[in-house]
Amino acid sequence: MVVVWKDLLVERRSKETLNALFFFGLLLLFVFQFALGPDRERLAGTLPGLLWLGFILSGLLGLGRTFVAERENDCLEGLLLAPGDKSAIYVGKLAGNLLLMLVIETILLVLFSFFFNLDIAGALPALSIVIALGTVALAAVGTLFAAMTAQVRARELLFPVLLLPVETPVLLATVKATEAVLLGEPLGSVAHWLKLLAAADVVYVAVGVLTFDFVLEA
Amino acid sequence: MASEPLIRVTGLRKTFGNHRVLDGLDLDVRAGEAVAVLGANGAGKTTLLKVLATLARPTRGTATVAGHDCAKDAELVRREIGLVAHSSHVYEDLTAAENLTFWATLAGLRPSAAERAGALAAVELERAAAARVRTFSAGMKRRLSLARFVLARPRVLLLDEPFTGLDQGGKKWLEEHLASFKTGGGAIVMTTHSFGRELAVADRIAILAGGAIALDTPRGALSADDVHRLYTLHAEDAS
Amino acid sequence: MRRLLGGATLLGLAAGLVMGFVVAPRESTQGNVQRIMYLHVPSVWVAYLAFGVVLVASIVYLIRRAEAADQLAHASAEVGVLFTGLTIATGSIWGKPTWGTWWTWDARLTSVSILFVMYLGYLLLRGMIDDRERGARFAAVLGIVAAFNIPLVHFSVYWWRTLHQPPSLMKPGPGTMPGIIVAALLVNFAAFTLLYVYFVAKRARLLRLEAEAEA
Repeated sequence: MVVVWKDLLVERRSKETLNALFFFGLLLLFVFQFALGPDRERLAGTLPGLLWLGFILSGLLGLGRTFVAERENDCLEGLLLAPGDKSAIYVGKLAGNLLLMLVIETILLVLFSFFFNLDIAGALPALSIVIALGTVALAAVGTLFAAMTAQVRARELLFPVLLLPVETPVLLATVKATEAVLLGEPLGSVAHWLKLLAAADVVYVAVGVLTFDFVLEA
Repeated sequence: MASEPLIRVTGLRKTFGNHRVLDGLDLDVRAGEAVAVLGANGAGKTTLLKVLATLARPTRGTATVAGHDCAKDAELVRREIGLVAHSSHVYEDLTAAENLTFWATLAGLRPSAAERAGALAAVELERAAAARVRTFSAGMKRRLSLARFVLARPRVLLLDEPFTGLDQGGKKWLEEHLASFKTGGGAIVMTTHSFGRELAVADRIAILAGGAIALDTPRGALSADDVHRLYTLHAEDAS
Repeated sequence: MRRLLGGATLLGLAAGLVMGFVVAPRESTQGNVQRIMYLHVPSVWVAYLAFGVVLVASIVYLIRRAEAADQLAHASAEVGVLFTGLTIATGSIWGKPTWGTWWTWDARLTSVSILFVMYLGYLLLRGMIDDRERGARFAAVLGIVAAFNIPLVHFSVYWWRTLHQPPSLMKPGPGTMPGIIVAALLVNFAAFTLLYVYFVAKRARLLRLEAEAEA
């Protein structure tokens, strides 16, 4: 999709988003460590939550920037004027965001295992599924809301305020599922959470595709 | 077919909150015709252009391009128009060629490398094809903006104060480009707030004041002073 | 018409109060405080109703661009937030003497709080967009997302609270309740629904007048 190609090009040239998010992730780790102290056991209990906290906070920053290139270059109008189905633009932006989120999450996961001495090798396949499902839900709504807030004043404030309440079910589901997976339990034991996430994914992407037209309109 | 105007605006009203910017505006533009819309800053020239470009919905009245309603059939209208606004709609981090590829592909065209090169040559940017737009001057950005429409070939060009910020060479080039667009059967609506030689390419002059077209006259042999006088007359009348 | 509605509402509310605080039986363990359930539960039902209306009105607005649909959505969201707030407040008041804390993370209170924040965001979004038409459009999209989110919130929170813990004592199963309690709940529900309709009608009318004044 040409939108993804363009965003990748812009990102490669400016290197703004990825670098900043990488450092942000690193900082988060330090903050978590300092906030929770050196007590290993206490940390271990909260790890799934911390991991997803890291994902969501990075996501807020990264997803919020979905249309920053368009805003800085005054291209939002241009996107709207291009004849054709606007949902294609949504899908393109969503794909780009998924890519971004997955890169960030991989980095965070690696950093987490390193700093907190986690052995996630065994749980990795199951964990990947949970992360994938959760990320689609995050990115689907995030991309839609980013388009909405791109043209509103106080967008840095409004974007998290709108996104976080909507994503609470996803947060609950992913943390619970991650908890189970990290404890070595089979995916089947959290099947209901996975089904919830899958349902959320379908609903969010469908709503995004159907309503993006209305959001992009001037 | 030749009698049906390509652009038709009837009774257009556009209100922003409490502020009624356009009220009872009528305008027709035929194929092969260029209309220069004159008006003071804030008179509503850009608003009129936005409505025609489907970027704003009329509060009342209608605007149609090539028979399609700008509000109801926006997507169909967008196929027929090209907008050159103050913001050039180009990505600064990309090169000229990449920008063209992006916008053309987004519009559903599949230009070959030769077609792209041709479009850049038509706007005299072939040597800057691989340069990042960040390094371009305002004139070059505007030309790149127009290059998109060399590829897309819309029937209508909407330009918002296109001569502003161009040097003499740039102005001359733009005039020629617009003239050949007209010859190709396209219609042009161009806004401006000056009376100079920019009006040379216009066939008609429409003075926008008080939210409507106060005067719509063929440019004919009017000199810049004539136009200035007419403008002062009507703009003051309305305010 | 509106006076009739207002009168019916007052009557309904009075009947509801009587049912809840006089007619219904006194609960054995919690005492009279438990009677707040007759405000708390119908309140959340009406909130759900309100948000359902927001969903439908939002969809209608996007398809037909009818300003009336937008005004209905706006008004319904406001009243919905009101009733959500009422649910939280009554839940809190119920909780303090019963459990000793102002707040518990029980399933209903948590779900409702999430809804509260979601729709507050809806109102915030509307407040921050000056362009009336764009505000209506964006709010409609948000209204749709939020409404589809409600079942997701409901299930996720419920599972979160109940799968490793005993279910909340504040969630009475309808099948096991004696008829008089159900009756009292329904009367209050009807009364609150009337109140909802009354508020929404007033609010929507105000919004319509505002819009007409601007045009």
